[in-house]
Amino acid sequence: MMKPVATTRSAAGISTGMLAVWWLLASEIVIFGGLLASYIMHRLAHPEWAEYASHTNTWIGTLNTFVLLSSSLSAVLAHHAAEKGDGKKAAKYLLVTIGGALTFLVVKSIEWSIEIHHGYTITANGFWAFYYVAAGIHASHVIVGAIVMGWVAWYANQNRELQRVEMVGVYWHFVDIVWIFLFPLLYIAK
Amino acid sequence: MASQNENFFLKYFWSTDHKIIALQYMFTGMAMALIGGYFAYAFRMQLAFPGAEIPLVGVVTPHEYNAFVTNHGTIMIFWVAMPVLIAAFGNYLIPLMIGADDMVFPRLNRLSYQIFLLSAIILVASFFVPGGGFGGAWTAYPPLSADGAYNLTPLGASMWVTAVALEFVAFLMGGINFITTAMNSRAPGMKAFDVPIVIWFIVIASILFMASVGPLIAGAIMLLFDQQIGTGYFDARTGGDPVLYQHLFWFFGHPEVYVVLLPALGIVAEIITVFSRKKLFAYKIVLYTAIATGVLSFFVWAHHQFIAGIDPRMANIFTVTTVLISIPIAEMCFVYIATLYGGSIRFTVPMLWALAFMAEFLIGGVTGIFLGASGADIYFHDTYFVLAHFHYTFFPIAIIAVFAGITYWFPKMFGRMMSETAGKVHFWITILTFNGIFIPLFVLGAWGQHRRIYSYEHFPDLWELQPLRIFATTCLVIMLLAQVIFLVNFFVSMLRGKKAGNNPWRANTLEWTVPSPPPHGNFETLPVVHRGPYEYSHPDHDEDFWPQDAAPAAESAS
Repeated sequence: MMKPVATTRSAAGISTGMLAVWWLLASEIVIFGGLLASYIMHRLAHPEWAEYASHTNTWIGTLNTFVLLSSSLSAVLAHHAAEKGDGKKAAKYLLVTIGGALTFLVVKSIEWSIEIHHGYTITANGFWAFYYVAAGIHASHVIVGAIVMGWVAWYANQNRELQRVEMVGVYWHFVDIVWIFLFPLLYIAK
Repeated sequence: MASQNENFFLKYFWSTDHKIIALQYMFTGMAMALIGGYFAYAFRMQLAFPGAEIPLVGVVTPHEYNAFVTNHGTIMIFWVAMPVLIAAFGNYLIPLMIGADDMVFPRLNRLSYQIFLLSAIILVASFFVPGGGFGGAWTAYPPLSADGAYNLTPLGASMWVTAVALEFVAFLMGGINFITTAMNSRAPGMKAFDVPIVIWFIVIASILFMASVGPLIAGAIMLLFDQQIGTGYFDARTGGDPVLYQHLFWFFGHPEVYVVLLPALGIVAEIITVFSRKKLFAYKIVLYTAIATGVLSFFVWAHHQFIAGIDPRMANIFTVTTVLISIPIAEMCFVYIATLYGGSIRFTVPMLWALAFMAEFLIGGVTGIFLGASGADIYFHDTYFVLAHFHYTFFPIAIIAVFAGITYWFPKMFGRMMSETAGKVHFWITILTFNGIFIPLFVLGAWGQHRRIYSYEHFPDLWELQPLRIFATTCLVIMLLAQVIFLVNFFVSMLRGKKAGNNPWRANTLEWTVPSPPPHGNFETLPVVHRGPYEYSHPDHDEDFWPQDAAPAAESAS
């Protein structure tokens, strides 16, 4: 399908795709914002949740924070390569980021298996309900991000649509930032 | 430009053309409006003639009554007002009015409609599962909505939540498309204040929707988990909080009123300028007022919860913000009246609808002040007064403004004119019966008639007022029958109406410079804009309209 002329215009001085990514993130901020605001209000109203929260595994959480933040580095390097027009290199760096995403998901699965094994299921109490839903919605963003990066890398490898490398990078940083809010709220505050 | 030899299916069901997608939204919305109207008929007949065998429905059981009331509200707001006002008009008008060949993301646009259609199918299907459709009111408050043992529709309730959440996703995609298109794809020369007001308003509405719906998407996930896997987010027994849901719902629910109101006001602005042959009074003030309304709309939500156990000090604050928000809306009404003042007014069918919008919405707005005052609301809460109030706001929005828009842009959409006579008959019957339905309900509400009651037979002091209920129901039946006039006019005109030509209303905005209906790609050569959208009866110009893309006089003379 040919792109309409509309897509190639930029009356606002920013590329259409980038503009849409920013608006997408704006809508995501409100979704996570509503969820986290609900969690914080419950947490403040229920001092006993601190005890429930003490059963989360801070070490595994820290490991995943490290993995996720590191994966943003290769996303930045991919952008850098794309700016220079080196699509093949950009695609390679994106693959490294996808590797980070997969590592994050594997670690998360192991962590959840351990917790469910200990009886901390989603229905155990209010804290665990928020824990699984907040981290679960975040993890679904990691999955979507990894799939989209694979698709962008496929094009980038053929030196096509290189502007998308930056867009998926911005999305990936957002996924990181959400985790930076989740990690202290779910793992550190005890 | 797409090839012209696409087959019927690809052209009408798999199209990425913004105009076809707009019509898909419009026809889906119209079909859903028929379902919503049928539900209204069923429960109003039950209220007027409790327990009677109703033609085309049969005897309405209490369970069905709840499902009808709930889904009437849900459908009319989420599957009629939203798709027609925002999605259909937004899709149709944004690229045409800003001089672009399509939306910026045509395939995202198609996906948005498909998800919307799926959500509509899920909602309708919920009536045919064991237990039937959800009956816990369109607001779906827990604990009633959260537990199948309470609402008796374990499957219907979850399908309802799923349908609503999918619909939100569809409109988020559509909204991103609308905002990005309007921001980035304006024709060369079109500055911010040359954009027609209706486009501004649809964009502001999309931003409001995007900024308010997130918490309810999170809330919908929580509600679905409460229903299906037994979490207790909204269950007080396990440390959850049912009032939290009310906050999440109304944090979205009140801005939502302005999400649908703004496009309606925008449609009215286009129509009154064209048919009073006058420049829109105070363009920038209208725009800033709309932005102020949007911002303020995020600080009024708890006026829906005055008696839900919120802190009375908080109720005071929300009373002040609620009464404040009537100021920008009143200002908008004054600006529109000032636009009419001294104009050469033409009472065409779209103009009648636009004027009726202002008159009827005024009643909705004024009665809202009674409810916004927390003291008065203690009495009025959950009575038919509330019901009549919001129908005086939503009916003008979802029905009157939609008829205004459809009758105004019909010539552009289908290339033919609608019948003025049939249009006027339909207009007057609809407006008179609308008032005939809801004025009695104001009276009943002030009398203390509570909402969501299956039959008033067992309330002696309310049963006395049964003639008012019968009158309201009679008016409703006449109104529904009158819609046949519209449908016949619509489809007959589509096939046999007088040819419209490019610009039957002698209007300025860019959509009227192209053939009716516009071809795929809209413009043969993409236009350049030279002036604002409302230069009617300009002293420096011979004709009483001056299209936005007409070259300035000096150049055209040379």
